[in-house]
Amino acid sequence: MEKYLDVILFGSGAGTLARLLLLRLDYRQYPGYPHGYISHLSLGAIASALGAVAVPAILEKDFTAFTFLALAAQQFREIRNIERETLENLEETRLEKRGKDYIEGIARTFEARNYLVMITAFFTSVATVVAGIWGGAVAAVVLILFSLTFMAGQTIGDICEVVPGKVHFQGSLLNVEDINFMSVGLPEMREKIINEALGVMIKPKNDDARATLHDMGQRMAIAHTAAVIMGSKKDVDIPEFTPLVRKNPDTGAVALYIMPMEKDMEVLVLAVKRTPVLESARVKPLKTQAGRMAAD
Amino acid sequence: MSEGEKQILAVITTNKDKVTGAVPIFIAENDREKEKTALFLAKTLDAMVHDLENGVYFIVRH
Repeated sequence: MEKYLDVILFGSGAGTLARLLLLRLDYRQYPGYPHGYISHLSLGAIASALGAVAVPAILEKDFTAFTFLALAAQQFREIRNIERETLENLEETRLEKRGKDYIEGIARTFEARNYLVMITAFFTSVATVVAGIWGGAVAAVVLILFSLTFMAGQTIGDICEVVPGKVHFQGSLLNVEDINFMSVGLPEMREKIINEALGVMIKPKNDDARATLHDMGQRMAIAHTAAVIMGSKKDVDIPEFTPLVRKNPDTGAVALYIMPMEKDMEVLVLAVKRTPVLESARVKPLKTQAGRMAAD
Repeated sequence: MSEGEKQILAVITTNKDKVTGAVPIFIAENDREKEKTALFLAKTLDAMVHDLENGVYFIVRH
């Protein structure tokens, strides 16, 4: 087995490196604590070791060893459940909820990243066997770059136009531009909102984007991201300051209303633009004939 | 972003002819008192004050 040592080391090294690079803290704000990093890094290392070992196993005609990959797949599905459970438990005490769609998206991402790591390790090993250490190095770089771009996904900024919107009242009704949010009864609350609230309009670039914004989970994700980045004045006894995203039923555009700790419109627009498009909210009616016909 | 049912917890008014029914009704002398009562109730109930714009405030938990 000694002759395969460099193959295995190279493969699992590349896989673990890929996992490490995929672990950077992004707009999902998760995981944000050392123990989360440790558990995901270790699982990534195990996944890449499995991927890397598979190649020498095949070369030695030890085909039963290859079936261990199936076992690994089972483990990773378990990770998805664990992630989902953890996030759902944490959700209860959050003022600005992530929403079930967002949680499902994060859980799925964590599962998928382990497969990516395994694939990276596997093909790096193959390349090392075929073309030596340098071949392996090139394959590792290519595969890691592929993993990083492949998993990046779209953001709201890619599919929508995000522009500042004016917060105003019609009587007691709170509006951002032409979109109606709620009735705010107390005059002093209204004054505070007029002075301190920010609003943005999120206009879909096409019908696919409009369908994505229609999803409540996606809208919760936008409000959540904005609240995490900007801070929120909401508290349990001030539901008036809950960040909300509501739709214009005629155009399909949505507006976000938020009472931020940092009143900075530029940052808010950026935060909304960087909100990930949730996998579960991503629909493409324009891919169908009927959808295209409906669009014009 | 609310889950579950919305519920009217109380009604505050300066015009008692406008409200009736099985809900706690607070009658205020003037607008100032109405606002103050509404604020106190909302803070205690962790709920929100809405305005029907006919002299009636109501408190809803979302």
